[in-house]
Amino acid sequence: MPTMNLLQAINNALDIAMESDPRVLCFGEDVGGFGGVFRATSHLQEKYGRERCFNTPLVEQGIIGFANGLAAQGHKPVAEIQFADYIFPAFDQIVNESAKFRYRSGSLFEVGGLTIRAPYGGGISGGLYHSQSPEAYFAHTPGLKIVVPRNPHQAKGLLLAAIRDPDPVLFFEPKRLYRASTGEVPEADYQLPLGEAEVIKEGSDVTLLAWGAQVEVTEKAAELAEKEGISCEVIDLRSILPWDVETVAQSVLKTGRLVISHEAPLTGGFAGEIAATIAERCFLYLESPIQRVTGLDTPFPLTLEKEYLPNHLKIVEAIKASIDF
Amino acid sequence: MTTTTASQVIHEPRFMDGDEFHIATFALLQQDGTLFEGARAPELGRETARRIYHTMVLIRVLDERMLAAQRQGRLSFYMQCTGEEAAVIGSAAALDDDDMIMAQYREQGALAYRGFGIDEFMNQLFGNAEDYGKGRQMPIHYGSAKLHYMTISSPLATQIPQAAGYAYGQKLDGQGRCTITYFGEGAASEGDFHAALNMAAVHRAPVIFFCRNNGYAISTPSVEQFAADGVAPRAFGYKMHVIRVDGNDVLAVYAATREARRIAVEHNQPVLIEAMTYRLAAHSSSDDPSGYRSKKEEALWREKDPVNRMRLWMLAQEWWSDDEEKTLQEQLRREVLETMKRAEKRPPPPLASLVEDVYAEVPARLQEQLDALEAHVRRHPEAYPKSAPGLDQGGA
Repeated sequence: MPTMNLLQAINNALDIAMESDPRVLCFGEDVGGFGGVFRATSHLQEKYGRERCFNTPLVEQGIIGFANGLAAQGHKPVAEIQFADYIFPAFDQIVNESAKFRYRSGSLFEVGGLTIRAPYGGGISGGLYHSQSPEAYFAHTPGLKIVVPRNPHQAKGLLLAAIRDPDPVLFFEPKRLYRASTGEVPEADYQLPLGEAEVIKEGSDVTLLAWGAQVEVTEKAAELAEKEGISCEVIDLRSILPWDVETVAQSVLKTGRLVISHEAPLTGGFAGEIAATIAERCFLYLESPIQRVTGLDTPFPLTLEKEYLPNHLKIVEAIKASIDF
Repeated sequence: MTTTTASQVIHEPRFMDGDEFHIATFALLQQDGTLFEGARAPELGRETARRIYHTMVLIRVLDERMLAAQRQGRLSFYMQCTGEEAAVIGSAAALDDDDMIMAQYREQGALAYRGFGIDEFMNQLFGNAEDYGKGRQMPIHYGSAKLHYMTISSPLATQIPQAAGYAYGQKLDGQGRCTITYFGEGAASEGDFHAALNMAAVHRAPVIFFCRNNGYAISTPSVEQFAADGVAPRAFGYKMHVIRVDGNDVLAVYAATREARRIAVEHNQPVLIEAMTYRLAAHSSSDDPSGYRSKKEEALWREKDPVNRMRLWMLAQEWWSDDEEKTLQEQLRREVLETMKRAEKRPPPPLASLVEDVYAEVPARLQEQLDALEAHVRRHPEAYPKSAPGLDQGGA
C-alpha cells in the first residue's frame, strides 16, 4: 500500500472521481495548470482537459454561484475556495442557495452534486486570515453536510464519498497536516461513510472528541493522560453536519465524562451544540461538567498563535479537571 | 505573461469617461401598431404571435385577479408583471422550449408561455398540498422542472452566476441548449451580477443575461442606482456582446433575443440584453408607488403599453380580432376565478413535508424532531388547524 501525505490523498481522490465520472469538474482560483496553491489539483488539467479543470476569476461568490448552476444542471462540481477564511463572499450562495435548493423547490431541482473544498485551521503562522475554522457558521444551516478529515486515509475516502453524496458537502481540509500527515492509503477507489463518527481509541474514564487537525492533538493529550492512569476514549467526529449523536452518546454513557476540543472560538463553537445534546442524552450518567477546550473568543492571532491554540497541554488539564471534579 | 490587453502607449495623460460608447435602442414597432420606417418585423409566424399575445392577456388577467384576491385577504402576497409583458414573454418566445430559464421573480409570463397551467400557478400561490414547492415559499416563487424554469429564490441576483454555471454545463453536454437569466436593473448592482458576467465571458458560457430595466428598484429610481448610461455599457468591461432594446416592443425583444440565442449557442458566448421598460404596477402588493413617483409619469408610460401595442399589430396582420379579444378575456377571467376557488380549498401540505427535501434522505436528528412535533400537535390539535386534521389521514 502506498504512503501518501494528505495533499496527495486528496489529489488522488479527485483523480479517481474525475476518472470514474465524466460529470465531475474541479475549479477555483489557481486550480488549473498550476494545480492549486497547495497543489491539491496537480496534473488534473493535463489529464482531463481545460473544460473539466480550470482557473476561475478571483471571485468566491462567482465560483460557488457557478458551481450551484452546474450542479443544478446535473454536473458534479468540486469547487475550491483557496482558504476557508475567504469563503465568506460566497456565504449567500452557500447558505441561501446550495443549502435550500432542494427544499425550496420540493425536490424539482437540487445541487447535490456540489462539493466545496477549503483548507482550514491554524498552526501555520497564518494570522487572522489564513487560520480560521468556520465550520460552526455552516453547521447552523440545514441542507448542508460538513466533513473534516484527520489524515490521508480518511481524506481520500471521505472526499470520494462527499463528491458522490446526493447533498451539497463542505469539505474542510486541515492545511497544517497537508504535508505533515502521512500514512498508508489504498490505491483503489473507496469511500468512508458521511455522518458517522469513528472511535479511534477505546477507553473507560473519559471521552475525548475532536475533528480534523485537532484529533492528532487530542490523541497526544490522551497519551499523556494515560501515563497518569486515566483511560481515554478518543472519537473523531468526522462529520459536523449531520453529526453522529449516537456514537458520542454511547461513549459518554460508558465513561461519564466528555472533553470536546476545536480550534474555533468558544462562543457559538460547535462544541456548544454537542455539549447541549450530550447533556440532554446523558444527564444522569455525567460525573462532571462537559469540558470545552477551544480557541479564545478573539480573532486568530499571529505571534501568540501557540498560546491561542487548544494544544495537548490544555486538553490534559481539562481531562484532569473532568476527572477531579 | 499572458494578457488580454494590447494597448497603445501615449505620453500625455488622457482620461476617458465612457462617452465614446453610444448605445442605441433597438425598436421596430410603434405604439400605433405599425412598424417604424425601414424596420423589418422578425420572422414570427401567426401561431407564435398568437401564443405570445394569448400569454400576455393571460398574465394581465392573472395579475389583476390575484392582486384583487390579495386585497381581499385571500392571498398573503402578490407581484405583478404589468408593463413588462413584452420584455418577458417576447424573450421567452425567442428561445427553444428546452432552453433553461432562471428568473428573478416577475417573469410569470415566461413560465405561462411555456405552458404552466392556471391550476399550477394557483397551487403555488395558495401553498397547498399540490404546490410543487410544498407550500414552503411565498407566493410567486414558481418552478417547473418539466418546463425548464428554475424555482424562484427571493435573494436578488443569486440566479445570475448560477445561470452562467448552468449554461457552462449545457455547453459541455453539447446539445445546443442555452440559459436565459432575468433580473432587474437594481439587482444588477449586486456583486453576483458582476461575478456572473465575468465568469461567463471568461469561460464562454452560452447564457443570455436579460436585464429588465424597469426604472425602479422598489422605490429607488435608476438614476440613484447607477451613474452610467444604464446597465448595457458594463458588457464592454467583460468583453461581451450587448444590445439595448425597447422593452415594450415585443417584436424588437423577440428579434434581439433570437439573435442573442444564436450568438450564445453557435459561438459559446454570453450576451447581455438591456430591455428598457417600466414597472406600471407597484413593486409588490406590499408597496405603494404614490410615495415615490407621480401619476403623470405613470400615465406617460401607460400610453406605451406593450400589450396594447402588440394587439394593434396583431389586428393589422389580421391575426387577431376584437371578437376574439372579448371571448378570450371573458374565458380567462372565468377560468382564473374558478381555478382560484378550487385551489384555496385544497388542503395544506402534510406535517411530515416539513422535514422532507432538506436532504436527499431525512437524517435521524430531523426525524426525531418531526416525531416530537407530531406528538405536540396531537396534544394541541386546536392550535394547529392546518396540520392536525391531516395527521389521522396518514398525513404524517
